[in-house]
Amino acid sequence: MSETILELKNLETRYGQIYALRGINIEVKKGEIVTLLGANGAGKSTTLKTISSLVPASEGTVKYFGEDITHSAPYSIVEKGLIHVPEGRMIFKELTVLENLELGSFTLKDNIERKKRINRVCELFPVLKERQKQMGGFLSGGEQQMLAIGRALMTEPKILMLDEPSMGLAPIIVQNIMDIIKQINSEGTTILLVEQNAKVALKLADRGYVLETGEIVMEGNADVLSTDESIVKAYLGE
Amino acid sequence: MTSWEIFLQQLFNGLLVGSFYGLVAIGYSMVYGIIKLLNFAHADIYMCGAFSGLIILGFLNPYVGNEWLGIIIALLLSMVLVGLLGVVIQRVAYRPMLKAPRLSILITALAVSMILYNTVLLMTQGQYKPFTTGLTHESFYIGALRMTETRMVLLLAALVLMFLLHMFITRTMYGKAMRAIALDRDTCQLMGVNVYMIIAITFFVGSALAAAAGIMAGVYYGTVHFFMGFLIGLKAFTAAVIGGIGIIPGAMLGGLLLGLLEAFGTQIPFIGSSWRDVFTFVFLILFLIFKPNGLLGRIESERM
Repeated sequence: MSETILELKNLETRYGQIYALRGINIEVKKGEIVTLLGANGAGKSTTLKTISSLVPASEGTVKYFGEDITHSAPYSIVEKGLIHVPEGRMIFKELTVLENLELGSFTLKDNIERKKRINRVCELFPVLKERQKQMGGFLSGGEQQMLAIGRALMTEPKILMLDEPSMGLAPIIVQNIMDIIKQINSEGTTILLVEQNAKVALKLADRGYVLETGEIVMEGNADVLSTDESIVKAYLGE
Repeated sequence: MTSWEIFLQQLFNGLLVGSFYGLVAIGYSMVYGIIKLLNFAHADIYMCGAFSGLIILGFLNPYVGNEWLGIIIALLLSMVLVGLLGVVIQRVAYRPMLKAPRLSILITALAVSMILYNTVLLMTQGQYKPFTTGLTHESFYIGALRMTETRMVLLLAALVLMFLLHMFITRTMYGKAMRAIALDRDTCQLMGVNVYMIIAITFFVGSALAAAAGIMAGVYYGTVHFFMGFLIGLKAFTAAVIGGIGIIPGAMLGGLLLGLLEAFGTQIPFIGSSWRDVFTFVFLILFLIFKPNGLLGRIESERM
């Protein structure tokens, strides 16, 4: 078994009086693709936001390489190599594609290294190179998702957390994005993938967790989960 | 004077006064863009800039032989000092209010404004202070345009500052982060941007530019007093709205445009210069009614 690099222990998050997470435990090991499944409002996005400190955890801990990062500032979590690609892609629509990528490497001080990374991301997503002078808002949905992932890769993350990368995209584009995620993973980046599209996610992932109203109701290897009757019924629509 | 000479003269006056408005408007616009605050204290920062310039100049004058050298040193020093004042105000007064409702921080800004101008009021007993520079105001002609060395340098300095700011926000990572935070603060945090640091830098730059404008106004008008920020504050705000508040090139454009409008407005028969301010605020009202997003502002559209 390889080393656990991200560990959530009894993590609890509240919005006012409302519990979004009710003490969840998740482990991500080096090199894995782990997926978080669940319906709208199950707490998937909140989990990622809590890890990246956009929302504060009310109880429990987030450990990254054994270090407690539960209450670290969001920017310092990025500096450690944990990147969160938010739901809805959230690219900067009124900045150019190139500026979006540059901002991805904000923590980097070295401009030559920045250029190198931009070239690497452009190799992965040739369409971004073609459109680098255009405003982010002019890209199609799929291209915006590529830009969001490319921007996150600019930090050369150790863990890439993706929140619903398939949302609102045509099936063929979804497949394209999933292939790229697979490729990023095979180059050594650990992936934590939040998805509503369980079918696509389980095909890609090594392991999965199923969230329901802030609690983990099931976990296991992806191949086991994808044959589990209740999951098939609830999320795979068969 | 022929009408051509009047035109040239007013064009120059308009650009010069407009560049003061622009420099102050930039601070309003940057701060509004990044934390959605109409920083009422900004006009008082401008006034503090003028006074700090005057004080520093007073210290320097016996030692520095050349008048321009003295002013340049005083300008740069004041920009740094007042820039830091802006950062301190931001840290002490605004940062604790960032998560509070918008109205609370607005009221805080009013309070900061009162503290600043009352402090200067106490220190100066409300008197007009001569801004003595030792510069000669000899005029000469460029073609039909009557000109003094001082006014030429002032316009040039203002344009240089605007150009430097433009380079800062388009070419440096900090400038890019500043624009990105204006668009989406949360996502910036996910990029590893230390949002509080960028907000502090924004206040530094905005306050430094206002200080520069304050000193330039001191040199131009020859006197300073504790309430000098009030009117120019309103006008710079107007300029920011005309250009599209939150948009930095818009603030520069709005400032220059407003300066020109005023300069030429006073030339309209029966409307003398005493109506100049009325002119400005009529424009503000017209813009707020017909083009509230300003000249460079876009109507915000959401796309999933």
